[in-house]
Amino acid sequence: MMEIAWIIPLFPLFSFLVLLIFGRKWRRGQIDFAVILSLVSFICALLVLFARFTQENVKVEFIWLTIGETQLTAGFEVNQLNALMLVIVSLVSFLVHMYSKAYMEGDERITVFFSYLGLFTFAMLGLVLSPNLLQTYIFWELVGVGSFLLIGFYFYKEEAKVAAKKAFIMTRIGDVGLLIGMILLFWQVGSFEYDEIFAAISAGDLSETMATLTAILIFIGAVGKSGQFPLHSWLPDAMEGPTPVSALIHAATMVAAGVYLVAALYPLFAYSEVAMLTIAIVGGFTAIFAATIGMTQKDIKRALAYSTVSQLGYMMLALGVGGYVAGVFHLTTHAFFKALLFLAAGSVIHAVHTQDIEKMGGLWKKMKWTAPFFLIGTMAISGVPLLSGFFSKEEILVSAWVSGHYLLFTLAIVAAFFTAFYMFRLFFLVFGGEEKKEHSMVKESSNWMTVPMLVLALLAIVAGYIQTPWFGTFLGDWLTTGIAANVHGHLDGPLWVMIVATVVAFLGILLAWLMYSKKVISRDWFTSRAPYTYQLVVNKYYIDEVYQYIFVKGSRFVSQVLHFVEVYLIEGLISLVTITIRQLSMLGSKFQNGQTQLYGTVAFVGLAILIVVFALTGGGL
Amino acid sequence: MSSVPLSAYLTLAIILFCIGLYGALTKKNTVIVLIAIELMLNAVNINLVAFSKYGMMPSIDGQIFALFAIAVAAAEAAVGLAILIAIYRNRKSVNVDDYNSLKN
Repeated sequence: MMEIAWIIPLFPLFSFLVLLIFGRKWRRGQIDFAVILSLVSFICALLVLFARFTQENVKVEFIWLTIGETQLTAGFEVNQLNALMLVIVSLVSFLVHMYSKAYMEGDERITVFFSYLGLFTFAMLGLVLSPNLLQTYIFWELVGVGSFLLIGFYFYKEEAKVAAKKAFIMTRIGDVGLLIGMILLFWQVGSFEYDEIFAAISAGDLSETMATLTAILIFIGAVGKSGQFPLHSWLPDAMEGPTPVSALIHAATMVAAGVYLVAALYPLFAYSEVAMLTIAIVGGFTAIFAATIGMTQKDIKRALAYSTVSQLGYMMLALGVGGYVAGVFHLTTHAFFKALLFLAAGSVIHAVHTQDIEKMGGLWKKMKWTAPFFLIGTMAISGVPLLSGFFSKEEILVSAWVSGHYLLFTLAIVAAFFTAFYMFRLFFLVFGGEEKKEHSMVKESSNWMTVPMLVLALLAIVAGYIQTPWFGTFLGDWLTTGIAANVHGHLDGPLWVMIVATVVAFLGILLAWLMYSKKVISRDWFTSRAPYTYQLVVNKYYIDEVYQYIFVKGSRFVSQVLHFVEVYLIEGLISLVTITIRQLSMLGSKFQNGQTQLYGTVAFVGLAILIVVFALTGGGL
Repeated sequence: MSSVPLSAYLTLAIILFCIGLYGALTKKNTVIVLIAIELMLNAVNINLVAFSKYGMMPSIDGQIFALFAIAVAAAEAAVGLAILIAIYRNRKSVNVDDYNSLKN
């Protein structure tokens, strides 16, 4: 099965091509076709994962280009990490396909939507299967294209257009870092192959500084894609896309690509302490930074988006402190519960036609399925014991504690508290409280939407049990076999870490309950005491405004100066040339007046000049 | 026998030639232009005759050439006038400025 793993991305690609070409006719069948293809892709991925449990890694490559003595290869590779990623991506993609069938029903461009979904899934699966950096980079950009197309799906909305451009440009900034890092690495190692890069590292061919430099440059690419500070601000804006897209791309898969890249190149990062520390600090800071913003957002999708940014920060933090397994584990569980949260949010939005949480409320009774699913997702992400998020978060906290970065550990604990608080704030505001009059007609969504949520809800509950301190550390042991870096399958941390994490989560839930459900504490308690801080946070720390002033206005100023130079200097010079030529030719054309006598005169004058010259030079010309 | 020097003949020829050239290039009436061309031709004939008498190697050839040139010039004048009449019928004008079809 593993030898034909290359077939997995081809199903969505086929779906993309078919929908692209025949999308206008035979609409209903097309969508079922796309859903079935994504299901087939998922089944193949599952088979590959099961095959990987018993067999060794598979790597198939052929020579793609030969330049001088250098050979560039293309192919695919199946190892533990990407077998796991294949399943996550194809599963979430399949569920989102299914969900979108109902969610996007009635949309005129539904087949276009599904073709974009196919393109994105193809690119993401291809990215995961890539055995070398070059191929990764190609798919990395393709994923960005898919994201761009889907964010801008409602292109007639100005916000969606702007958000799509913003997402593309901001991730491009990161991609430049990745590209430079990749080229540097190629220059040093002479190959794009992951294996050869790791071999060069373990052989010590790469100097410490060069490893740090390339690692940080590649990490910049991951920062852009995974929405880490300071390139995070595109991710909340990307919520202008349809909600299933937010679940697939901006929660479960593409944004996790940055984390995946760091994990895939882990031996390179682990080689450089500075790079590891950078990752940990950026991740830790992003985790708490985005969590604070998440507490103030009034748009349900934006709040979830900041939560995603924060959780991705968590994963980066885990990788940075040496918790390779913890990071990948959290990536897995997060993919499930965050996709679940987004799909549930989409179901709510579908029912009440607003994204403003202030206008929602009392939906618990109305939405018999969505509400419990959202609660499960909320509990999982908050770290309520025995759900998946609890185990993965605990793993990260233990890694941070064991590594000795106590400040980062504290940051992570505080971020966990914030997470629990803002998630339950959402839950109580949307589902708790009084029923709103305008929502009396609200109905539960169709089965096409609830069944994917059901699957994800089950996974959000049980996915944690693949790696627990009690029932064995299956994931960690499996993931770390044969990896080039020095990583642990599981770290034993002090028991109190788990207790603290649980207490903190419950404190956050309690506070949210008191504030938004019981209303014992006034909601304005904090805002009235620290209005300026609140303003700062609710405006997302004015990051967008700062970028507007520094980069947008700055580059506009530079471009105006250059425009001035262009208009007055360069165009002046050019018109000087043209005017001279034109005057000369006008003079010349005066002679072409058709008068034989003038021609005769000119000929005679010419002859006379020749004779004079001839005479003066004595015939030696 | 006091003879006229060669330079005098040549000076006469060049004056004649310049008058002819001036006329050919500036006069607006086509008939005058044709006459001016005859003047230039005759300047050449004077040169031929002068050199046949006073040149480095005096010989009768020059005078014979001059006679030929006069004969050819007569023929050429006849053809030229015929062309002129044809153009005149076509254009209804003898003004050289109106003969500007080279322009297009």
